[in-house]
Amino acid sequence: MLLTITTTANPATDLGWLLRKHPDKVQAFEQTFGTAWVFYPEAGEDRCTAALLLEVDAARLARSHSRASGDGSIKQYVNDRPYAASSLLAVALGKVFSTARTGVSEERPDLAAAALPLEIALPAVPCKGGPELVRDLFEPLGWEVEATAVPLPGFDADSRHVRVRLRGEVRLSEALSHLYVLLPVLDDAKHYWVDIGEVDKLVRSGGEWLAAHPRRGLIARRYLAHRRSYERAAFARLEEVAEAAGSEEESPVEEEAAEGSEASLPLHRIRIGAVMDALAASDAASVLDLGCGSGKLLDALLDDPRYTRVTGADVSSRAIGMAERALRLDRMPERRRARLQLIQGSVVYRDKRFAGYDAAVLMEVIEHLDPGRLPAMERVVFGEARPRTVVVTTPNADFNARYGLGRHEMRHDDHRFEWDRADFAAWTAAVAGRYGYRVRIEGVGTVDPEAGTPTQMGVFDRD
Amino acid sequence: MTDAQTIAVPELSLVVLVGVSGSGKSTFAATHFKPTQVISSDYCRGLVADDETDQAATAEAFKLLHHIVGTRLRLGLLTVVDATNVHERARTELVDLARSHHVLVDAIVLDVEPALAVERNLARPDRDFGEAVVRRHHRDLKRSLKHLSKEGFRRVHRLTGAEAVAAARVVTEKSWNDRKDETGPFDLIGDVHGCRAELEVLLGELGWAVERDDRGRAVGAAHPEGRKAVFVGDLVDRGPDTPGVLRLVMGMVRAGNALCVQGNHEHKLVRALNGRRVTVAHGLAESLEQLAAEDEAFREEARAFMDGLRAHLLLDGGRLVVAHAGLKEEYHGRASGTVRSFALYGDTTGETDEFGLPVRLPWAEEYRGAATVVYGHTPTVDPQWINNTICLDTGCCFGGKLTALRYPERELVSVDAEREWYAPVRPLAPAAAERDAAMLDATDVAGDRYLTTDLVGTVKVRAENAAAALEVMSRFADDPRRLLYLPPTMAPVDASDVDGYLEHPAQAFAQYRDRVERVVCEEKHMGSRAVALVCRDKEVAASRFGLDAAPWGALLTRTGRAFFENEALTGDLLSRVAAAASAAGLWERLETDWMLLDCELLPWSAKAKGLIKDQFAGVAAAGVAALPAASAVLEAAAARGLDVGALLERTASRTANIEAFAEVYQRYCWPVDGLDGVRLAPFQVLATEGRNLADHRHDWHLEVVDALNAADASALLLETRRRFVTLGTADEDEATQWWIDLCAAGGEGMVVKPVLDDRPRLQPGLKVRGREYLRIIYGADYTDPANLTRLRQRRLQHKRSQALREYALGVEALDLVAKNAPLWQVHQYVFAILALESEPVDPRL
Repeated sequence: MLLTITTTANPATDLGWLLRKHPDKVQAFEQTFGTAWVFYPEAGEDRCTAALLLEVDAARLARSHSRASGDGSIKQYVNDRPYAASSLLAVALGKVFSTARTGVSEERPDLAAAALPLEIALPAVPCKGGPELVRDLFEPLGWEVEATAVPLPGFDADSRHVRVRLRGEVRLSEALSHLYVLLPVLDDAKHYWVDIGEVDKLVRSGGEWLAAHPRRGLIARRYLAHRRSYERAAFARLEEVAEAAGSEEESPVEEEAAEGSEASLPLHRIRIGAVMDALAASDAASVLDLGCGSGKLLDALLDDPRYTRVTGADVSSRAIGMAERALRLDRMPERRRARLQLIQGSVVYRDKRFAGYDAAVLMEVIEHLDPGRLPAMERVVFGEARPRTVVVTTPNADFNARYGLGRHEMRHDDHRFEWDRADFAAWTAAVAGRYGYRVRIEGVGTVDPEAGTPTQMGVFDRD
Repeated sequence: MTDAQTIAVPELSLVVLVGVSGSGKSTFAATHFKPTQVISSDYCRGLVADDETDQAATAEAFKLLHHIVGTRLRLGLLTVVDATNVHERARTELVDLARSHHVLVDAIVLDVEPALAVERNLARPDRDFGEAVVRRHHRDLKRSLKHLSKEGFRRVHRLTGAEAVAAARVVTEKSWNDRKDETGPFDLIGDVHGCRAELEVLLGELGWAVERDDRGRAVGAAHPEGRKAVFVGDLVDRGPDTPGVLRLVMGMVRAGNALCVQGNHEHKLVRALNGRRVTVAHGLAESLEQLAAEDEAFREEARAFMDGLRAHLLLDGGRLVVAHAGLKEEYHGRASGTVRSFALYGDTTGETDEFGLPVRLPWAEEYRGAATVVYGHTPTVDPQWINNTICLDTGCCFGGKLTALRYPERELVSVDAEREWYAPVRPLAPAAAERDAAMLDATDVAGDRYLTTDLVGTVKVRAENAAAALEVMSRFADDPRRLLYLPPTMAPVDASDVDGYLEHPAQAFAQYRDRVERVVCEEKHMGSRAVALVCRDKEVAASRFGLDAAPWGALLTRTGRAFFENEALTGDLLSRVAAAASAAGLWERLETDWMLLDCELLPWSAKAKGLIKDQFAGVAAAGVAALPAASAVLEAAAARGLDVGALLERTASRTANIEAFAEVYQRYCWPVDGLDGVRLAPFQVLATEGRNLADHRHDWHLEVVDALNAADASALLLETRRRFVTLGTADEDEATQWWIDLCAAGGEGMVVKPVLDDRPRLQPGLKVRGREYLRIIYGADYTDPANLTRLRQRRLQHKRSQALREYALGVEALDLVAKNAPLWQVHQYVFAILALESEPVDPRL
């Protein structure tokens, strides 16, 4: 909510000219979510500081929040927005100093074009990535960066806020453009809905320096709030090649590892291939994908005409919505559409709709269940639905060390357990015995001589 | 002149009218049946073609007719089909439709002179088919009459001539299995299998007086309290005295003291006695041999008795269903070969197991009906309730027990067999294998649901809320066997008009003043809500709640999640509470082996550390970093003579507010190590064996909880401070001061609850939160006068309604838990509470 810009150029009060705000006035500018004040705590010949103070109207912000997100959490009402230098401050800065940001001054063109000794101070910048990211983003732009994490009151830990001081010889218009683009990027959150217009804004504001920035990928991704198609449009217009895109639902660890070895296919593609092979070998014509998520496997199944009936079930109605969008259900050809069904359903509740399939797939699902609920899942899938074939995949914990994970660390926050090969073998054998199936286990992914493969797959066939 | 004919059709049946166009079917149907009971082909033709006479629409019209008829029959409604039905194919389709819904089908033939029919058609402007059609239909009808009775109709009622049609009366008759007027009380008796001696002992245990003939043989029995016995079938075979059992039971039935359904063994014995060829196995030889020693008259009487038995009976207004091998809900009161074989043999697949016995499907696990189903047929060691059904066959002839169920008391009474009379083919199944009633079905919870509650009537759960709850329940909640209750949300008091306060005790007292005399103010511990299922020991957890793994009880959060990831920690905490309960003598005093406790678990940071760090501490960090910096630049500007006074003042006030905010949450955080530092503050006993304690006064609850706390040797349990207030007296002021002191010392606030001797039919509690505490809910600056003015406009109706509905559902869940109802029933209510929690309500309330 506070930004100060100081210059030590002589005469320092020229800052007033550039910002087009008189050093001896206190000016207020109405904003959508409060009032922006501009005043000068110091205005000498040697040193002049302009302060932009944004008084946020929390009530107005909360109301707009509830309309946009409607998540109904207390966060909507109690948050750091009134205090932190977030996108609200970036927007206010863009509006209040709009002329200065253009870098054009009719009266003093030389001054506007000159790099000035500047010092910018922000007491609390919300930052996902800590002081290091602040340095990573501002140093390549010619700033000397002082960034310290703000401690969490009452905890022996740092908050996500960073006290930032930037020093450098920079044109004022560029400095404002840096802040305008990078404050929301550091925060990784915006108070307004990201639409395609943001692409234009990004290109316009950052066009000159963004293309050369070593972290341009991260900047574009965060600025565009992870909207991939926008991101691609932005890249294209910056004459960049789109990077290989991971998916938000994949395990972050696996995603990162896949990014590292660009030659190999991402693990989730390999996994789908392995499941498809197992299904093909089982001679299934109808497949039930339990925990279908956004429907990547369903898409592969629909591409293969041997599958005449494909059903995706997920316990999350949001996931079903995502699958509908990802699979473009609204414009799917009728014959393809007729083979597909999407249902909300849970693997721990017996469900008649799960019956009557040749095969069922539990791809990276079981590790999201509390171990105590596994018997219920086994009963529902193996005991009640009883498809001829069941394919189960799950991470192989033996492989975790290859991802640099410790003994008790897991690949994903929501994983309730990750089994090593012995655990998985024991579980599959027990389930197969209890419900009258034969099982074989296969590894999925690159083979490590000691750790095996990153994913393990059990293929159950009914006796 | 013919006598008026009386036509009797079954109460639940399909009635097929047969007659040519113009024979008066519609008039007949309108005279004798409700308009909604009659489905006519003309009407259906109209629906699909906008023209009742459009013959081109006939195929679609009949599709629709069959759909409507099928739906009505599935729902158990008497239905009349008004169509010519002069062709066999049309009738066969209807007979098959009725059979597929297991209802009887009668035909009523309206056989009038073709000439009259033609004349009538001419008089109707919308009927333009010629005489030829009517005459052809009449010929078809005449041909049909010869074989009509062999087409599957229960009865064919023929009305010959227009006069007979006009004069006929129609009455409905009850189905043979409908004995709903028998209301008991009953003593239901399991498979006797020729064990006469054991039966006599059991009847004695049950208080029956056995009557004997001059030879000392038991020939009847009567109960002094007028109870009625109901035998679930399989009186015969295997045991030592099948004739003796039959003599006794026949006497009881004849005297109106007993009812009996047919078992598969009676069915087969009758066939054998009728001279049919049957395989003599499974103890049939014994019966035939024993009966051969009886005289012919007895044999004939026994044969007729067994032959006349129904396969299932509906009793007590339909609340009780008795069938030898059980009966699924859609078959209750129905009649067909399928229903009969289900009742006699169970849900068989036609396959046999390794002992050569038929494989039976576990229909009872899927049973969701309201009626209690009592049956026998499958011997088990101990009878066990599965979803409101119970099998009473405890294998007396195999040396087990003979068991009776007292209804409606639901008490079991057993006597041991004198010896093994017959060697079992396979060992009796242990009852534990039946515990799969824990298997819940998606249809138990999904979609729009209407749940009945005692306190607020029907509560609707919307499909979208159920969908949200399904995800939370599946991904995060503990095993449903541990999830027997969820605490309802609680509404805050009306906004206060006391200066500087948003919530104040005055409004709580005012809200209750006209409705109750006394309230209790209970300290609101600032921790996390917890529901604890405390069992006396592991065995109780296993036998009463079917738990098969640690922890042997439960400690759950507000959303049904296990409080601690570490099971051992949960187990340790629960055993400390159980130890305190033992030391306090509570198990004996409350006559229970388990208790469900409503508690608060402290510190708040034990569960919510992530939330506190990310949310509250993060906000404080930003504020504490930014506001003083802002003050500093403002002060510098002021020193330059700039007019920033008001802004500086506001910034200073906000600085003080954020500092106060940071203090609030820090009070509710302290480090814990295992259970060290963890405190549990129980404040209500929700339920114990057989008792829902929602109707007990808070004095009682707090006194029990105090006794528990006093006996706790582990420094785990924490007292809940409280003050009782007689409304309208000086108590109110004292309690207000108490609340102010409590909050000043860092407390969250208090909850005000009505003190009643019954379940509250009003808000069960109102929370009054402290002024400082509310900063972390409404924001650090909420106390600014402008903010307070705005916040006082808060709307509470939805929150209150949500609180009441959730409370009513919770009380219902406790009723079901207390009486050991099927898990799916309990789960429905618990699930509904979670679903209601997903309704969008201001999270600050």
